[in-house]
Amino acid sequence: MTRKQRRLTIIGGALFVLAVAAGLVLNALRDSIVFFSTPTMVAEKHVAPGKRFRLGGLVQPGSLKKGDDLAVTFEVADGGAKLPVAYKGILPDLFREGQGVVAEGALDANGVFKADTVLAKHDETYMPKEVADSLKKQGHWKDDYGKPQGGAKPGPVSMREGEKTAAGATQ
Amino acid sequence: MIAESGHYALVLALALALIQSTVPMLGAAQRDVALMNVGRSAALAQLLFAGLSFIALITLHVTSDFSVANVFENSHSMKPLLYKITGVWGNHEGSMLLWVSILALFGAMVAAFGNNLPLSLRARVLAVQAWVASAFYLFILTTSNPFARLATPPIEGRDLNPVLQDIGLAVHPPMLYLGYVGFSISFSFAIAALIEGRIDAAWARWVRPWTLMAWIFLTLGIAMGSYWAYYELGWGGWWFWDPVENASLMPWLAGTALLHSALVMEKRNALKVWTILLSILTFSLSLLGTFLVRSGVITSVHAFASDPTRGVFILGILVLFIGGSLTLFAGRATALKQGGLFAPISREGALVLNNLLLTVSCATVLFGTLYPVIMEALDFKLSVGAPFYNLTFGPLFALLLLMVPFGPMLAWKRGDLLAATQRLLAAGVASLVAIAIAWAWARGGSALAPLGIGLGVFVISGAIVDLVERSGITRVPFKTALHRTKGLPRSVWGTAFAHAGLGVALLGIVCETTWNSELISTLRPGDVRGLAGYEIKFDGMTQRQGPNFTEVVSTFVISEDGKQLAVMTPSKRSFSTRGMSTTEAALLTRGVSQLYVSLGDTTPDGGLAVRIYHKPLVLLIWFGPVLMAFGGLLSLSDRRLRVGAPRPARAARALQPAE
Repeated sequence: MTRKQRRLTIIGGALFVLAVAAGLVLNALRDSIVFFSTPTMVAEKHVAPGKRFRLGGLVQPGSLKKGDDLAVTFEVADGGAKLPVAYKGILPDLFREGQGVVAEGALDANGVFKADTVLAKHDETYMPKEVADSLKKQGHWKDDYGKPQGGAKPGPVSMREGEKTAAGATQ
Repeated sequence: MIAESGHYALVLALALALIQSTVPMLGAAQRDVALMNVGRSAALAQLLFAGLSFIALITLHVTSDFSVANVFENSHSMKPLLYKITGVWGNHEGSMLLWVSILALFGAMVAAFGNNLPLSLRARVLAVQAWVASAFYLFILTTSNPFARLATPPIEGRDLNPVLQDIGLAVHPPMLYLGYVGFSISFSFAIAALIEGRIDAAWARWVRPWTLMAWIFLTLGIAMGSYWAYYELGWGGWWFWDPVENASLMPWLAGTALLHSALVMEKRNALKVWTILLSILTFSLSLLGTFLVRSGVITSVHAFASDPTRGVFILGILVLFIGGSLTLFAGRATALKQGGLFAPISREGALVLNNLLLTVSCATVLFGTLYPVIMEALDFKLSVGAPFYNLTFGPLFALLLLMVPFGPMLAWKRGDLLAATQRLLAAGVASLVAIAIAWAWARGGSALAPLGIGLGVFVISGAIVDLVERSGITRVPFKTALHRTKGLPRSVWGTAFAHAGLGVALLGIVCETTWNSELISTLRPGDVRGLAGYEIKFDGMTQRQGPNFTEVVSTFVISEDGKQLAVMTPSKRSFSTRGMSTTEAALLTRGVSQLYVSLGDTTPDGGLAVRIYHKPLVLLIWFGPVLMAFGGLLSLSDRRLRVGAPRPARAARALQPAE
């Protein structure tokens, strides 16, 4: 083998591994990406039952109900809309009414969001960044309340093409 | 006074770093020995002042001087001394100060121990090191001054985030930073070599111990962080593919590749351009990690105290260093002469494949980490989680692990794959037996699990076979073999330990994820539950007062076959200052498996929500990295001897200009 042939072998091998990796990434992108929604976005977009997504917003004060065997229900609100959430398990230490929360799961046939994961960050001033951003967009950020009405107009919240990309992703 | 002195020391360190950035570079260009030697003294003095500044901040925290904003926000007079000290780097400003102090430490170590380096190379390395340091001193002084005073000093501080009040904070960040920042040395060496326009095998021999040292710390730092998350967060998870975890994994992957490619360069004088590029990429990923953690562009449990101006500043540093170094690389790399030849099937070829798989798997992690950021700019909100990495990083790394035992079996220049396979026959048989046993024994779980176990066993027994082959115990009399074993270089032992560590970690990961069992239930005092052959009896709760918290301790009696084993006492702590509560999980270690009890809320009717896990072989996940680090240490002790002893004949050959 000449030096050139050897180099070609190595470059060929490198390209092959890269191609395999690219294939793996594209395949994974089709099935394992989870989109983020707020209750308003869910109401506007009519998300299909069974489609996994992340729901973010504030836990509606007074909505937390504890049932038997660690089943809990609460509502997630973002100022524009509310969505009931059902979860079974232990809530994080920092889960509180009126605080930000991100839940991962899917809607059931009755329009209840069945969460299998509930996240709250370990800091009392924390609000998940996704939640803060969407609240800011809709003018429900805490700093916006001092401003005169009409100053903060709800911005368009859309998932655009993302909706199609993620369609059919159940797990 | 102490705060002002600390601030002043930091300004002086910046001034020294600026001198160190320019004068030695000038000296190297003009071949002026006196100017070049300025770098050495400046680096040592810089460490002195950065260290003084860091000690000043520790003193402020220990003495609870709440007139300093940083102390007020992160400390409390009732906090135990250990957490007063570790709280120094439990916040943004302090952790950046730790970052530059470690950077200064590494610079000073090159200055102090780099006597065997050519004078001009050492001068340039120290100058490049000082460029990085200057940027970060400026960052701290302009955006994140830890010594800022408050106009009206409060009586009491706001306490450290309770989650961070743990021994983990004492170990994890310093270890991780020693790793992250340690890669700055190989970066500086790479840039210095590009400026010199000369690179050879000797370069790799100088760089490798530094890279190895950084790699050892990073390995331990990541493992420690993972174990900390496991016991502290109360979910029993040990890796979440969180962006910040990825930020530490990426330099580790690139650094591991660098270790291996530097080996090829050292032994065979090949892969020079690639090794330089990897040095640059590894430190660039460290910088990227710092940016991701400090800027708050990514949703993460670690993104505390983030601030857009800081993010923009670090992004500037990132662009400057990565862009600058890659431009320099593009301009100079072609001038570097190509080195030794090798056949595709050879030790070099195997190491090239190792590098390929490591960098490509690193690229998939990078993609998964940055994809949400890119998509957010396009107004899509999404998250990339474990399923993505399982489908991309997983197969690539499995392939890499499959290759690991073959590498050391192949000869340099031209290897014999068939002979290597024959020698690995024993390892293959061991692996098949393991698969068969796992298959027969397993109840439920993924069908991939027995294969994973087989792969782990293959990697471990491959490492053992390598040692056995080298000692020749199967071919020569026992005494000769023993003699040979003693004579084996430590780096051979290092390789075997590090590779076996990978297999051990894989075994732990596969067993924990496949066969862990979980029980979530509401218990009342006297209730008994069973899990994985253990009986768990809830005895009741007691109140306790800690230094800066109150604690409700629950008592669980664990027995097996009617015999009492242990009492586990998980607790809920509430920290009054921040109004936060944390859950302290209780762990019971049985061999390398663990029973894990974590608490939820109490229900109105007197029940207690409890989460109990049985995690089989979970400790192997962290024993693996410890073995790897130990292997690295063995290899380091081998190499230091060689680096320390100059060999004129060899050096004369190695130091020929490459032009």
